[in-house]
Formats: sequence, structure tokens, C-alpha cells
Amino acid sequence: MRSAEWEIVGFTFAMALLATFAILPFGVGLAWLLARKSWPGKSVVETLVALPLVMPPVATGLILLKVLGRKSPIGAFLQEHFDLEMVFTWRAVVAAMAVMSFPLLVRGARIAFEAVSPRLEQVATTLGATRLRVFMTITLPLAHRGIIAGSVLSFARALGEFGATILVAGNIPGRTTTLSVSIYSDIQLGHDGDAFRMLVVSVVLAFVAVWTSEWLFRRSTPAA
Amino acid sequence: MNLKFTNVSLRLKGLTLKLDVTLDKQVTALFGPSGSGKTSVLELVAGLRRADRGVIELDGLALTNVCQRIFVPARKRAIGYVPQDLALFPHLTVGQNITYGVKKLPASVLDLSREKLCRVLEIDRLLDRMPSSLSGGEKQRVAFARALLTSPRLLLLDEPLASLDQSLKERILPYLKLIRDEFVIPILYVTHSASEVIALCEDVVVLQAGKCAARGKPADLFALSDTRSYRLRAL
Repeated sequence: MRSAEWEIVGFTFAMALLATFAILPFGVGLAWLLARKSWPGKSVVETLVALPLVMPPVATGLILLKVLGRKSPIGAFLQEHFDLEMVFTWRAVVAAMAVMSFPLLVRGARIAFEAVSPRLEQVATTLGATRLRVFMTITLPLAHRGIIAGSVLSFARALGEFGATILVAGNIPGRTTTLSVSIYSDIQLGHDGDAFRMLVVSVVLAFVAVWTSEWLFRRSTPAA
Repeated sequence: MNLKFTNVSLRLKGLTLKLDVTLDKQVTALFGPSGSGKTSVLELVAGLRRADRGVIELDGLALTNVCQRIFVPARKRAIGYVPQDLALFPHLTVGQNITYGVKKLPASVLDLSREKLCRVLEIDRLLDRMPSSLSGGEKQRVAFARALLTSPRLLLLDEPLASLDQSLKERILPYLKLIRDEFVIPILYVTHSASEVIALCEDVVVLQAGKCAARGKPADLFALSDTRSYRLRAL
């Protein structure tokens, strides 16, 4: 592989990692709420969270373009107060990856929280533990493998993200080109050999991530 | 102990629990068939459920008063609870399990009470083991120890022997008698076994379909049948 290709792999890896860490606290928090609490409108939130899984990624990208563009309130605010350009930058790559992989993190973490018996948490409270202590010492340690598994899966999804990324971040060599965008671009230009090399890298990364995630999910059920 | 239920009601699936009773003996049994609301009573006392109506007081202090919107959270009640499934924390060692609820005490005080408890319940050699490696009887004793080490004002035991075979029941029963006699902690004991009531309790409340169907001394409410097992007398 050429050094430019390694750079694309490294860039994609770094962006996916950043996106995964960025959504981790929100995803875990939301997953806990969905697993443990009931509130009016919960089903609407559940549906909204799952939307990026079923919507055309390009449509999600278009929404992101509208939300993060300079003319939007959020885009204008970020530009004005923090001098942050979002669209067609690496930040847009992270945003697209984060939005597209968020449902998988929430789903994985939610399953992990639901697998923890509420009875254990109840008993911990009768032993004098605060809610925070129960979460930190009982719920989180018992759910951590499932949460990591969900994170790995969501990371894998971020690595392969294409539709939303191409729309909101484009294909600027050295700045926003990711693995999947690069494969698309190589095919368009007739560089089948380059595309094939990147394809092999994609398959290996995806395989390792999914295999790790499955392995962690299998081990995540707390022992009695 | 004085545990008082005043016009307490709680709607459950298929029945409404209604209680108006004062429990003042050291060991009181809540006896009744499955689905009669026994576990829900324990959960009300432990603070794991909120009553729809009524007042629950322990030694004169309100744990729950629906009208006055008083609800002392479970963590502040100092009431030990051992559920039927024991709920040992699977990721913690036995030692970590039993000290989970211990407030910050001087190490010497903690060591002393833990040592005594572990000796009495014969779990002192299990402290480094994980719950998954324990036998049914060992798990049971660890769950008792975990609840007792917090020095509770009241101990709630939910069918502690129900899942054990007969020989294990006979081995655990003496430990329950030891808890009763050594630690002198009031116990509310849920069971549907008449022989456990006879062996351990001074007072029994018979629950049927969520209501108190009878109340009295075990000897008055149970009779020895022809098969030499105890049966509830006709109410």
C-alpha cells in the first residue's frame, strides 16, 4: 500500500475513534434511561434514535448539511462564537460518523443494561448505596462488556460510513477522504487495483471489529 | 420491634393488598400461598415499592405516609433485605459483597463485627471466592451476612429456604436460629412452609389474596397432620 493510502486508513480510524468517544457518554446515558425508566414520549425517542439505521444515509447527510451549514442557527453559532467551520471539514466527518453509529451504541448498551437484574440494584440501595454508587459499582461494572461491545460495533459502523459523509464532508484529499469515500472515488476513476486494496483493509477492519463485538456480547451476560 | 401498617393498600396485578396490622414480636412470619402479596409487603417495608394509600411506621417513625407524602428511600431505612434469589453481586468477591453496605467504620470495629459474623455463619474461609463458585447454602449464608453487617433495624427474609433441598434446609435452619438468638435483630420472614414458621417464628400473619386472613401464634394456627407435617387449621 502507498503512504497516501495508509494516511487515509489512519485518518478514517482516528475519525471513527473520535466519533465513538464523542457519543459514548450520551449513548450510555440514553441507553440507561431507555432500559430503566419510563416516561411519556419514550417510544418517540426510541424511534428517533433508530432512524439513522433505516433512513437512507444520504438523507441523514442532507439533514446534517442543513443543520451544520453556515446558514443554519447551529452552524452560524459555531462559526461566530468559536470560529468553527463544520461542513466539508474533518469535523463534519466525525459528525456524520457519530450520527450514523449512535443507534448501534445505544442498542448495545441498552441490551447490556437490561441484562443486569434490577434486583441487584434494589438490594444495593437497601444496603445504603446512593443511585450514583449503585450505577458506578453495580450497574456499570456488570454492563461494561456489553457497552464496550456496542461501542466496538458502533466504531465499525463509523469506519464504513459513506453516504452521510460524502454529502456533509465531501471528498477533499488529505482533509476529508475516508476509506469508503476513497473506494468510491477509485472506482469512479477506474483505479480498480487501489480500490481493491482499500476494500481488503475495510473487510479486515470490519471483521475484527464485528468479531470482537460478538465475542464481548457473548461474555456480557452476568453470571448468577 | 414495632412495625405498624395503617390502612395500607397497594394495587397489584389481579389483587389489591390491604394491610392494617401491627407486628411487635422478634420474628414474625408472613405466611400464605404464592401470589398472596407476601413479597410485596416486604418490598413496601424495604422501600422498593410505594404504597397507594396508608402509613407504614417502624418503631414510631414513618417510613411511608401517603397522605403526608412521606417516603423514606430504601437507602435511608436501615432495613436489611434478603430476596428469594439472594441477589449476590456476581462481580464482587464474598468479602466485597458482605462489606458493600458497611458505612465508614474504624477498621478495628469493622473487623470485629465482620469476624464474629463470619465465624457464626461459617463463611470466614469463603471471603476471597466469587459467588458463582459457592454452593446454594454458602450463597444463602453470604446473603444473610451482607444484610446483617449493616446492623439493620429490621431484617426482611423472602422465602430464604424455598429454593433449597430438604437436607440443605435442615443445615441452614440452625443458622437462621443463630441469627435470631445471637444478633437479636427483628425479622419479618416470608414463607409458605408451615414447618419453618413453627421452627422459627413467634407470630404469624396469614395472607390470602392480599388480605390478612388470620393472625396469631404459630401453635394456635397450625396443626400437625397425619403425615406428621404442619398444616394451617381451617380459618
